[in-house]
Amino acid sequence: MAGKTLTRMDLSEAVFREVGLSRNESAQLVERVLELMSDSLVDDEQVKISSFGTFSVRSKTARVGRNPKTGEEAPIPPRRVLTFRPSHLMKDRVASGNKR
Amino acid sequence: MIRSELIQKLADENPHLYQRDVERIVSAIFEEIIGALTQGDRVELRGFGAFSVKQRDARIGRNPRTGESVQVEEKHVPFFKAGKLLRDRLNGLEGN
Repeated sequence: MAGKTLTRMDLSEAVFREVGLSRNESAQLVERVLELMSDSLVDDEQVKISSFGTFSVRSKTARVGRNPKTGEEAPIPPRRVLTFRPSHLMKDRVASGNKR
Repeated sequence: MIRSELIQKLADENPHLYQRDVERIVSAIFEEIIGALTQGDRVELRGFGAFSVKQRDARIGRNPRTGESVQVEEKHVPFFKAGKLLRDRLNGLEGN
């Protein structure tokens, strides 16, 4: 595995290459996409990006957890967690790209 | 929110851009992420989350209908972990 890590910068660079916008505006658009997605999720709305995947928010009830190190019981309050389900297209491409 | 609604919102906020270009921008972003994962790279978007590839080891599976054993090969699957800021926002901790 290559083990490289891409960041926002690489995404804005991809936008910059794709459309004739300034690097600055490309970066702002990437940021805005992430914000719009985050805001929808915070509003409990699913975010479904065709051929990419679906982000959804699940509510978890309170439970008693345990500190794995000390074995001590600790209450875990109810919370909302984010899950991502990749599309078939993404799963297939990632699987075949990483095949050895 | 679905892909077309995301594109529409961006287009509304950026009247100087052609709708067609907004579509290309959105596609370029998601395509870049998939491309990175396809090569085994990670994509880390601070505050939002990180996409990575996880390896699933080869295992002996079972056909649930016939009960027959089948060899399942090792494979790689995409994985997403939400960032701290987004996790906190989901739980009403707006922070700064």
